[in-house]
Order: sequence, then C-alpha cells, then structure tokens
Amino acid sequence: MTSIGLQHYLLLAAALFCLGILTMTLKRNAIGILIGVELILNAANLNLVAFTRYRTGAIDGQIVAVFIILLAAAEAAIAIAIFMNFYNSLATIDVDRADQLQG
Amino acid sequence: MNVNTWLEPIVFFLFAGVVLFSAIGIVLTRNIVRAALFLLGTLGGVAGLYFLLMANLLAAIQLIVYAGGTLVLIVFGVMLTSKSPWVRFAPSRSEAAAATTIGLVLFAALAKIVTGIDWTVAAHPADQPATVRQVGNLLLQQYLVPFEVASVLLLVVMIGAAYLARPEN
Amino acid sequence: MIQEILGSQLGLSICIICLGLAVILTADAYCIYFERKVSAWMQDRYGPNRVGPLGLLQPLADGIKFILKEEFIPARADKILFYIAPALGVIIALVGFVILPIGGRVHWSWMPEGTTLLAQGASVDIGVLYLLAVGSLTVYGVVLGGWASNNKYAFYGAMRSAAQMLSYEVPLGLALMTLILTMGQLRLEGIVTGQIDSAWNAFLHPVAFLIMLITALAETNRAPFDLAEAEQELIGGYHTEYSSMKFAQFFLAEYTHMITASGLLTALFLGGYEVLPFSRLLAGVNGLSWLYWISTSVSPWAMVLRMAVFCGKISFFIFVMMWLRWTLVRFRFDQLMRLSWKALVPIGMAIVVVQGVLLYFGRPISWISTAAEIGILVIAAMISLLSGKPITGRQLSLVEDDEHAIRPSKTPVTV
Repeated sequence: MTSIGLQHYLLLAAALFCLGILTMTLKRNAIGILIGVELILNAANLNLVAFTRYRTGAIDGQIVAVFIILLAAAEAAIAIAIFMNFYNSLATIDVDRADQLQG
Repeated sequence: MNVNTWLEPIVFFLFAGVVLFSAIGIVLTRNIVRAALFLLGTLGGVAGLYFLLMANLLAAIQLIVYAGGTLVLIVFGVMLTSKSPWVRFAPSRSEAAAATTIGLVLFAALAKIVTGIDWTVAAHPADQPATVRQVGNLLLQQYLVPFEVASVLLLVVMIGAAYLARPEN
Repeated sequence: MIQEILGSQLGLSICIICLGLAVILTADAYCIYFERKVSAWMQDRYGPNRVGPLGLLQPLADGIKFILKEEFIPARADKILFYIAPALGVIIALVGFVILPIGGRVHWSWMPEGTTLLAQGASVDIGVLYLLAVGSLTVYGVVLGGWASNNKYAFYGAMRSAAQMLSYEVPLGLALMTLILTMGQLRLEGIVTGQIDSAWNAFLHPVAFLIMLITALAETNRAPFDLAEAEQELIGGYHTEYSSMKFAQFFLAEYTHMITASGLLTALFLGGYEVLPFSRLLAGVNGLSWLYWISTSVSPWAMVLRMAVFCGKISFFIFVMMWLRWTLVRFRFDQLMRLSWKALVPIGMAIVVVQGVLLYFGRPISWISTAAEIGILVIAAMISLLSGKPITGRQLSLVEDDEHAIRPSKTPVTV
C-alpha cells in the first residue's frame, strides 16, 4: 500500500475547492451559495493543516485554520441574518430575484 | 508504529471518500436541506482528516464550531426559508455544462501543479499530535493581536446579527 | 492469546469498548423500565410488574413490541432523511462514551514489572473537547427527524430543540472552562487522578457543578427541558411521526445521552472512580485504607471495583435525572431562554473570571473558589430579587389604548 503524503491531501483539497466553486455557480439559493463558500474554506484549511504537518513541522498553519473557522462562523451568522431579511421582503432566497436596484 | 503504516492509508481513503462523496452530493442535490446534511458529512470527514494530520484540537474545534454551530445556523436558515415556491433551483442545462467544464479545467490545472512539484524533498512530517498547550501558547503569544482582533470581530458580528434580525417596529 | 490481547493497550481498549457498548445498550432498555418504576413510585402506583419477576423482563417485551409494530412513514415525508435521522441520533450518542475514564490504570500479572495499561476506551489529549464536539452534533438527529416528518408539530419540536441546544452549549462550555483552568489539562483520566490527589470538583466548584447539571439536563432534552417533545403542546414533538423501531431509536439515543452525560458529570465533578472524597486523607484512618487502595491500585480487582464505583455514580445521576423529571414542571420557552442567557451565562462568566484570577496567583486548586462561587450565587440571587419580575410576552395588555401597555411587536423571524 502506498503511504499517504502531502500530495494526497493537496489533491483532495483541490477537488474540494473545485466542488465548492461548482456549488457556488450552480446554486441559485442564497444558502446554497453559502454552503459552497464553506466547502472552499474547508479546502483551504485542509491545505494549511497538511502543509503544516508535512512541510514546516511547526503548527502555525493550525492557528490560521482556527481563525478561518472563526471567520466562517461569523460570516455565516451575518449571511443568514441578511438572508432572513431578504426572505421576509421577497418571500424567496433565489439570488436572481434580488434585482430591485436594477434600473 | 507498524500499525499506523497500514492503518493510515485506509483511514485516509475512508475520510477522503466521505468528504468527496458528500461534496459531490452537495453539487448534485436539488434539495437544499439535503445539501446541508451533505455539508455535515464533508465537515465531519475533514475533521477526521485533521485527526490524521495530528491536529486534534483543530478537529475538535471544527466539530464544535463548524458542525455544531455554523451548520446548525445554516440548517436553521434552510428550514425557515424552504417553504418558498422556489425551493428547487434547477440550473439550466447550458449553465450546468459550462460550470462543470470550468470546474474540471480548474481541477486539472490544480492537479497538474500539485503533482508536478516534488514536495517530498522538504518533508519531515510531525509524528506527534500538536498539544492543546502548544496551540494555546502560540495563540496567546505570537498571534495575540489577531486573536484580540478576532474577538472584537465576533462582538461586532454578534451586535450586527442581532440588529439585522431584530423585529421591525 | 487472551493474555496477548488484554496485555496490549489497543486490545484492552477494544475489549472495553465492546463491553461498554453491550452494557450501555442493555442499560438503555433497563433505564426505560427504571424510569417507569420511578415515576410509579412517585405517583403511588406499582409500575410495570406483569412480565417476569417484578416486571424485570418488561424491556424484552417492549423490544419485541417495537420490532413487531407497523412502520409508518408519512406520505410527503422526505423518506431518506426520515430513515437517516434516528440512526444518526443513535450513532452520535454511542461514540461519546469511549473516553470516559472508567477503570484507571491496570497491571496484569503476566505483564513485565512496572508496566501498566489504561483501562478505558480511548485516551485523547483533547478529552473534554471531544465530548463537547460529539455532544454538539446531537442536535442533528432531532432537527432532521422533525423536518423530514413534514409535520408542523414535529418541525416546531425540532426548531425548539435546536435553539435550546445552542443556547445551553454556552454555559456548558463556561463550566467546563472553569474545570480546565483548575486541572490544567483536558484529559479526563488526568482530571480524575487530579481530584483523587486533591478534592472533588463538586466541592471546589459547586456552582460550576450546578450549571453543568442543568445544562446536562437541557442537552439531553430531559424534563424540565423537554420542550422539544412537550406532549401537551406538540403531541410528541420531533418524534410525532415515528413508529416502531425508529421511535425506539430516538429513545435509545436519549438514554445513551443520559448515561454519557452522567459519566461526564461523574468524571469531572464526583472524582470519577474514587469511592469517597478525600480518600487519600482517610487512608491514614484505621480500617479505611482500602478506600485509597481501590482508587489507586493497579491490581485487576481494584480495576473491577473502580468500574463498579463509576457505574454506581452514573446510576445515581440517572436516578437524579428521573427524580427531577417526575418532580418539576416543564419550562416555558421564554423562561428556558432567560435561564440560559440571563442566569447561567453571566454566572458562568463570573466563575471563569474567578478561576482565572486564582490561576494567575498560582492557586488553581484552593477552597477560595468555593467561597467565591457561593458568593457569586448569592449576589446573583440578590440581583434577581431586587430587579423584580421580568417582562415577558405574558404581561402584554390586551386592551389597545392602555397607555401602560407594552406594545406587542410583530413576531420576528430570527435565527
């Protein structure tokens, strides 16, 4: 059996990143887009932690990953609050319908 | 140690499979509640990979904050808004084709870069999990300023979210 | 062969996990029997007494009944999620117990001199955080079950449960933080040995213990915090639409949570497997040295006794939970939220600050914390007495032009 190295994690993170991009482009539901963002952040975190283990030996990458998790939580709280207001005024969270500012 | 050499690939491919399966599920499903459930699978799988990468504390934080906090928030949002007539947002066929092409090209490019570089030269993997003490010391010494900024940010977010979600008078 | 398996840490851990699973699943069934008996004693009834002597075979009869009952799935339910939800609840409930420090260190006679093994499922350095992480996932079984049923009562139950669990995780975290500051580590077995060396945390941190007990009830959805089920309002809450074995799975998850939460309380506050507090001091007293022997000896017999003590303490907490359930009435939802955010969270923050100050002065384990926490509790009680009755929706005036009326606001959709 092959031993697991940095490349395996990087490939997995790349796949996760691309799937996140796909989710963001294919979903019109605002929360679906938020889920895509979470996938991308997870891919970034996975890269950071993998590099931390296999390249530096220090744990700085883990600290950055902690901050990213924290920012993701903050972002989700604000985003969901905005979506709720959006839903209350338009009765949908289809982002394509948020076009009231168009002339 | 010899247990780890044959166990590690199995565990890695197990968690990687969970992560990829759930992520693909998120892309393919039309039902947003199921997408949120698939995200739970992805987050759990990534937490498992953190354990494998000797980042135990980070794995716990991922489960507590991400799966236990952020995702519950998302599930809340999904359930409260899922009764609208546009729950199923099907992208058109051309959109799907274009997005998939872009995604595949992006993945191919990233994979080429990742596999093209000989990473093993600099590799000396840590074989001991980072202890909570190490992470805490680093967080409260070298990274103290970002830590404090983050706490202020959380306060701002708390006030902001409460303001946005308040009842209109 | 057996000596080899039991003589390695991995083998011993796997044996203990398998044994623990069997014990917990059996105990779940008997908890339901015990719950019915306790409620019967409190209401001056007999309780189940038909199947077997004293009704002891009742769990078996219940199990057969659950399997044979018709499975019903609502027509417009989300079928896949409807199937997954109870299973998810059970799985998440069952992975928690592995890190409970039930046995301490053990030395088998066939092992080399001086080597010992840890008699517990797993020893992870993030100990307490692992339980917190697993505990924070429990909400999914309930929420998904409620949503997938496509029933408004089930959905209300799910929403209530999610809001409740999120709210009570905050004081839980604060109480745990106090303990972590005291013990200086997250490993549960280390916290237990630390308590054997000094004093039980229930004495050092009575308020943290109280907060933890309340949040344990809330996180396991037990009365008086069972708003997610609330049969008088929501029929059955999130499990309204569930029948047969899937309904039983929700029960299984609830009782497993009770066992894990009781185990956590035991390990964190009641000295884990120590028989009586201060056994190190009591060891000097004639005829009481066996107390300390049980807590610290590496002999297999001491380990078995330790496991028995641990299980006994868990049973005690389970009895307390049942006692509370059949004594107290259910909270109203606004009372529930007020208890968490306006009482438990500020008190929890205060005790974390006190413990932090003690740690700064190099006295993390001292009786000052007991005095300070009781003082904080008294101050909190005085503040709540002086501030009068809280304003709630119940006090809204129904008369439109009453000038003292508090205007009802439009019900907000909040997250």
